[in-house]
Amino acid sequence: MRFIRKTSYGQDIQLFKHRGQVFWYGLLLATVFGLPFFIDSFYVGELSMVFIYAIAGTGLMLLVGYTGLVSLGHAAFLAIGAYTHAYLMTHGWPLLPSIISATLFTSLIGGLVGIPALRMTGIYLAVATLAFAIIIEQVLTHWVSVTGGFRGMPVPLPQLFGVDIHDALSFYFFCLAILIICLLLALNLLRSPTGRAMRAIRDSEISAQSMGIHLAYTKTLAFAISAGFTGLAGCLLAHKIGYLAPDGFTLLISIQLLILVVVGGLGSLHGVIYGAFFIGFLPQAIALMRDYLPTKISQIPGLEPGIFGLILVLFLIYEPLGIYGRWLKIRHYFEEFPLYRKATHQRQKSYLRTERLR
Amino acid sequence: MEVVFQLLLSGISQGCVYGLIALGFVLIYKATEMVNFAQGEIMMLGAFFAFTFISILELNFFLAVAATIVSMAICGALLERVVLRPMIGEPPFSVLMLTIGLGFLLRAIAGAVWGSEPKSLSAPYTGGVFNVSGVIIGYENLVIIAGTALLCSLLFVFFKFSRLGIAMQAASQNQLAAYYVGIPVKRIYSMVWALSAAISAVAGILVAPVSLIDPLMGFIGIKAFAAAIVGGFGSLPGAIVGGLIIGIVEQFASLYLPPGFSDVTAYVILLLMLLIRPEGIFATMQRKKV
Repeated sequence: MRFIRKTSYGQDIQLFKHRGQVFWYGLLLATVFGLPFFIDSFYVGELSMVFIYAIAGTGLMLLVGYTGLVSLGHAAFLAIGAYTHAYLMTHGWPLLPSIISATLFTSLIGGLVGIPALRMTGIYLAVATLAFAIIIEQVLTHWVSVTGGFRGMPVPLPQLFGVDIHDALSFYFFCLAILIICLLLALNLLRSPTGRAMRAIRDSEISAQSMGIHLAYTKTLAFAISAGFTGLAGCLLAHKIGYLAPDGFTLLISIQLLILVVVGGLGSLHGVIYGAFFIGFLPQAIALMRDYLPTKISQIPGLEPGIFGLILVLFLIYEPLGIYGRWLKIRHYFEEFPLYRKATHQRQKSYLRTERLR
Repeated sequence: MEVVFQLLLSGISQGCVYGLIALGFVLIYKATEMVNFAQGEIMMLGAFFAFTFISILELNFFLAVAATIVSMAICGALLERVVLRPMIGEPPFSVLMLTIGLGFLLRAIAGAVWGSEPKSLSAPYTGGVFNVSGVIIGYENLVIIAGTALLCSLLFVFFKFSRLGIAMQAASQNQLAAYYVGIPVKRIYSMVWALSAAISAVAGILVAPVSLIDPLMGFIGIKAFAAAIVGGFGSLPGAIVGGLIIGIVEQFASLYLPPGFSDVTAYVILLLMLLIRPEGIFATMQRKKV
């Protein structure tokens, strides 16, 4: 077990808490940069998909895990990012300006959605975002002149400073670079006053407000930032799938992103990565599993969402802190090894009191 | 003029279905402060149970209806006991996610048991019509409206006068205080889930003859959810009123607005409502004061 002796306040907000972390994160970085040269190009493609999920997940985590606002409509932001980017690209914009504009546009929309959301809490907000997502889905279907309607629209191939980056390997590095930038941005945000204000709102709105945090401003900002990250993921997703159609951005995607956040571990950026791997590779695992199951079971319609649902239910009941929470517990067990007490991680229960009048 | 009446009538009958599912949402929310996103799927399960009893086992219709309601009530109580009991005292977001997962699971189970092809259910009253000076009224629609009205009055009496109903209200207002005055809160929760599943089963039986039964029919639960919020989440009459508003507006939108609008009217109404009066028509919420 490691005890850190703090000698300055600056240490509290350092990115790396101690040398060990520098070493392990460095090793991780070297691994992700070296890995694609040793694995099959199919898995390189899958990994870049995982990175895209992780970028969108970072956005949702900032909202759900750190600000405590629930959104059931993040597929809409993904779609807005993807379509804006594809639209700009088809009109001759270069890659980076197009991605940046699409991201900013998505966060603008996110802020606009966030404004009415300020008056709502919990479930109302969830449903409002759900309604927003369904409306956006219909807009994508019916605004044929921009989105191509049901036929969809092709996405131009990505070119960075005149170099094609649509092959699996270079696209992998492009996604990886953007993911790392996003994670650093999120980390920086979280250690800034704004990030701490967001966490204060998550823990108690009333006490946050009494300490002088501007609720409306912080919540709108959280929404805008979250939407921006998700829109950025949408831009990459557009290149990844190559052809946009409204049925790629359904309610199921929003819920998958929420599953990512919950299964990974609410309130941790590590959780985003674990969750992204979970979401990215579970369909592969199910597909592999299908070969070994009797046809009667493997042919069930909706098997994949069903398994997603089952895993979500099991996680929420048995490990509400997700994969990251489980990892913390395992690590704690070994750190304390002979002295580990079972009650350390007992969950607190609370009694609910309603805010209703009748 | 006939067109208007025709639309109004089908709007009301559609709205009653939304209202009934919304009633299921509201009941669970009122009593347990949990939001059950799987309500539409529970209705879907009810419709499939009815299909099994009527078309596969070929029971008498009324017997089959009773069997469906009873078996769905048992299912509801079981769901509460097995899946949601461990979640008492967890944050609302976890419960929300749990019920979303549950919805996926129920859909997959229904697909596995009954297959994904749409099935039709015929009730003894299927196909009959009244013709009142040009307005055609199907028996099915009448049965939906009458059934909803009957169920609502029964519920009203139940919550107003029965001990159990009052205990449910108490448990919903303050868990801890309800424990202190000797209400078996956990058992009450199971009963609320049973009641809510039974109401959804009725909704499923009523809607089955006018639409087809398939594992995806539970998606109208989302519209019912909008109805519950428009009516003021946590208010029983509000659920029905919200359902009616959405049902009627949807019917008119499908005729008078360009295609695509009728699918989103429910959500547009919802968003407008949340902007103008977020607490709904029959407000039950209050800002927390310290």
